[in-house]
Amino acid sequence: MSTKLLQSTIGRKVLAAISGLALVGFVVVHLAGNLTLLLPDGGAAFNAYAHKLASLGPLLWVARAGLLVFFVTHVLLAIGVRLDEKRARPDKYAVTASKGGPSKQTWSSRSMLVTGVVILLFVPLHVWMFTLNQGTPHATVEVHGEQVKDVYLAVVTAFKNPVKAWAYVAVMVILGFHLRHGFWSAFQSLGMLSPKCTPAIYTAGVVFAALMAVGFLILPLYMLYFGPDPETLRAVVSGP
Amino acid sequence: MKFNLKIWRQEGPELPGAFRDYTVDNIIPEMSFLEMLDALNEELIRKGEEPVAFDSDCREGICGTCGLVIDGMAHGPKLACTTCEVRMRVFEDGCTITVEPFRAKAFPVIKDLVVDRSAFDRIIGKGGYVSENTGSAPDGNAIPVPKDIAEKAMDSAACIGCGACVAACPNASASLFVSAKISQFALLPQGHAERKSRAQKMVGQMDAEGFGNCSNHAECEAACPKGISIENIARMRAEYMRSLR
Repeated sequence: MSTKLLQSTIGRKVLAAISGLALVGFVVVHLAGNLTLLLPDGGAAFNAYAHKLASLGPLLWVARAGLLVFFVTHVLLAIGVRLDEKRARPDKYAVTASKGGPSKQTWSSRSMLVTGVVILLFVPLHVWMFTLNQGTPHATVEVHGEQVKDVYLAVVTAFKNPVKAWAYVAVMVILGFHLRHGFWSAFQSLGMLSPKCTPAIYTAGVVFAALMAVGFLILPLYMLYFGPDPETLRAVVSGP
Repeated sequence: MKFNLKIWRQEGPELPGAFRDYTVDNIIPEMSFLEMLDALNEELIRKGEEPVAFDSDCREGICGTCGLVIDGMAHGPKLACTTCEVRMRVFEDGCTITVEPFRAKAFPVIKDLVVDRSAFDRIIGKGGYVSENTGSAPDGNAIPVPKDIAEKAMDSAACIGCGACVAACPNASASLFVSAKISQFALLPQGHAERKSRAQKMVGQMDAEGFGNCSNHAECEAACPKGISIENIARMRAEYMRSLR
């Protein structure tokens, strides 16, 4: 069955949808965790969340391996679709236009590969910056009587740099466009849609994409303009 | 009315083609797009030039023979309309209209605007039918079919196989055509006996013909002269996954 899945165009769509939805699940959980950054507690909740994740041990590595598999699968299938497209229409049209009406062809749907590549380049950079803690300060902080890695300080420091903060904002807008087509498209690819539910899922996809993009991009902007000063942050927290 | 035309001319398969400019005058707004091309061809024949080759048959929107890409849109700018049903009044007087053949590797150009769509016939040959013993016609009500299901099957069966879905798809995918042909049987009890092999073989042939994969742009539904819904594509995927079990 698995070879048939990979060999047929439909099987590849189904796999792209499943891996895409798994990544959507990750994005939701990631955002939920990140929103603790907005709490005015000097990063206690965020550091506790980061510490909880880190203390999962082998389970965390299983989750990371799973994510990597979904991510790589999704990327490879996307490249496959693009190659199919090039092969299936070697002679391009001189003029192309959308007919409108029931068409769901948008900048989002046409740019899935471009927005996908941006995300593909962003993810390793993001991991390098915050998971591997490179180019950001290394420090520990006390949370619930335990010394843990101060990820909050790393985030606050990174986003005091306007270039980094605005670059993150740009990438999150692009993620929003990717999700705008990707979310409803996954359900269509899984063969779950009918004229009754397509408009609802399509609208839900637009709302979901906007929520995710805004949810994520608020964080660097908040840190840049309203966040605590990293120089005095820890003095304040450990003060009287 | 007067129009400037940019028409794709190609003497034969594998030969290089190019756009050529023409001007047509004294076009009546009620003329169809194909009648306008007829007028151009009469003019070309009078001048001793090679007329523009294009496909057409019924000229009333039911046979699926005609099909041109007009200003980047398969069957022109109107929704749910074949090329033969497009009237010249929808274009602005004096405008320039670009006319191209359906472009896909699986639809090679035969001449000018005529393409070879026999890839569709080969897909149908793989399972776009119900195997039946011949004999007297069965009683009409022998197999009860709910009204709404019958309507859905009829909507799928409305496909005239013109290939506009492939032409309009940014990926040159034949998903809408194949899914409509799979759906019209998958929805009805008569089609259930062979549903697994049908889904496998027709999808397999679609892939073998070199059509692209679907990206869910739904441009096919907009281009379809019969307004066939991408619901059929969702159903085809479900049918295909079911056939693997």
